[in-house]
Amino acid sequence: MNVPKHWRAIPERYRMEAGKCRKCGEISFPSRLICPACNHNEFDLVNLSGKGKLLTHTIIRTAPEGFGDFAPYAVGIVELEEGVRIMGQITDCDPEKLKTGDKLTSKFRRMNEEGKTGMIMYSYKFVPDIGI
Amino acid sequence: MRDVAIIGIGIIKFGELWEKSLRDMAVEAALNCLTDAGTDRADSVTIGCMSSGVFNGQEHLASLIPDYLGKNNIPATRVESACASGGLAVRNAYMEVASGLSDYSLAIGVEKMTDVSTGMATYALATACDRDYEAFHGITFPGLYAMLARAHMERYDTTREQLAQVAVKNHSNGALNPFAQYPFPVTQEAVLSSTMIADPLRLLDCSPITDGAAAVLLTTVEEAKKFKSSPMVIIRGVGSATDTLALSQRKDMLELGAVKKAVHRALKMAGKKIQDIDFAEVHDCFTISEILVMETIGIVKPGQGGPATIDGLTALDGKFPLNPSGGLKSKGHPVGASGVAQVYEAVSQLRGESGKRQLNNPKLALTQNMGGSGGSCVCHVLEVKD
Repeated sequence: MNVPKHWRAIPERYRMEAGKCRKCGEISFPSRLICPACNHNEFDLVNLSGKGKLLTHTIIRTAPEGFGDFAPYAVGIVELEEGVRIMGQITDCDPEKLKTGDKLTSKFRRMNEEGKTGMIMYSYKFVPDIGI
Repeated sequence: MRDVAIIGIGIIKFGELWEKSLRDMAVEAALNCLTDAGTDRADSVTIGCMSSGVFNGQEHLASLIPDYLGKNNIPATRVESACASGGLAVRNAYMEVASGLSDYSLAIGVEKMTDVSTGMATYALATACDRDYEAFHGITFPGLYAMLARAHMERYDTTREQLAQVAVKNHSNGALNPFAQYPFPVTQEAVLSSTMIADPLRLLDCSPITDGAAAVLLTTVEEAKKFKSSPMVIIRGVGSATDTLALSQRKDMLELGAVKKAVHRALKMAGKKIQDIDFAEVHDCFTISEILVMETIGIVKPGQGGPATIDGLTALDGKFPLNPSGGLKSKGHPVGASGVAQVYEAVSQLRGESGKRQLNNPKLALTQNMGGSGGSCVCHVLEVKD
């Protein structure tokens, strides 16, 4: 990944910035130029709470290139309090004990080192509110 | 629009074909197709291929494949819609003939997946999901479908045994298909004890990494009357639709919106209902996929896919056979070729040429080919003319 590509993603990956439609109030993450709910094109920036519950998850055991050292690791779809659904890793827990409905909060975490440049990638990951 | 018939079908044996290159496979399938048709006429060609750039470092297949096919001077198009690239190639060839742009149009699906490591192949396949918001987080395709499987099991009490039965059934069919990559039966115990890939999906829940190619030749129904060697198969309906790329963005992840719309459009165009269909080739990239698809297209109600599979509804001798070819699971899943290979099987069955896996006199077939976690879908309704 080159630097501009990483730089462009910083507001979303570091601060969970989303777009809130000025017409219908739908929150889009990632932000879009056209509202998927009403097709309007004006938005306000909002920072997501990062708090939500687990809708479904898996434990990756055969990992793609760049993630081999981390397997097994959990990835899930989290529904935030704002109604936004986000896919992310679930960390700082025993993945075998995760259950649908678990309450989670996003944390800023190291993701991996990308490609030949070895650039260190950071992003949100989710952590269960009750330690497991 | 003009009515369109399929007059030629060609395939090669799927597998780890170390001795065959991307171009070899595409040309061999195309030649088998032209031989089957009894003509070498093609006024245009469409190539369905998902990711030759990542798998083989080779793009520009719309030049390469016609070049090696000895047809340098015809219009050629390469289409891509992840694992639905093959279905899209057939649709493009259909549009060529229906519109009058071409009288004879060839669709070729091809993918050469085994020249790279499993990690690299997993990466290449993951380019079909949302790179920045799914793959970035380390998700894989087995992982995406594993999340669907977990959600389905929790909502509908679908069991691991029911999922495994899809693999058992499709391998049982594939064992009768000489073109299948894994033409052997598997037991439920073998599926349930195979290596865990992404919980709750195991190795034998997943379609394999495959090299393969298939081709079909389309022409007008009028032209097709000149070819009397085999029964005429007509494309009665074509349906295509899309949904959000990212699984997390769907209102209900267990409802495959693109599949629902694509099947609806194809059936509506054909003037048929799902109950009229005699059998279908569906996109069983994972065991859960076949269950989701059979519920989405209305063969059974939501939640009934697992029990119906156990009851034998979709078996070769069932009331609604699914994947008589062995499906992607047993036949193999060369991603860009699979949609064309589904049409190959449908035509072969409708003509009565499917040997040991031949169904009892089918008249109407459905093919359903989808990309990614359901972000795109292409369907065809095919009918054999009496």
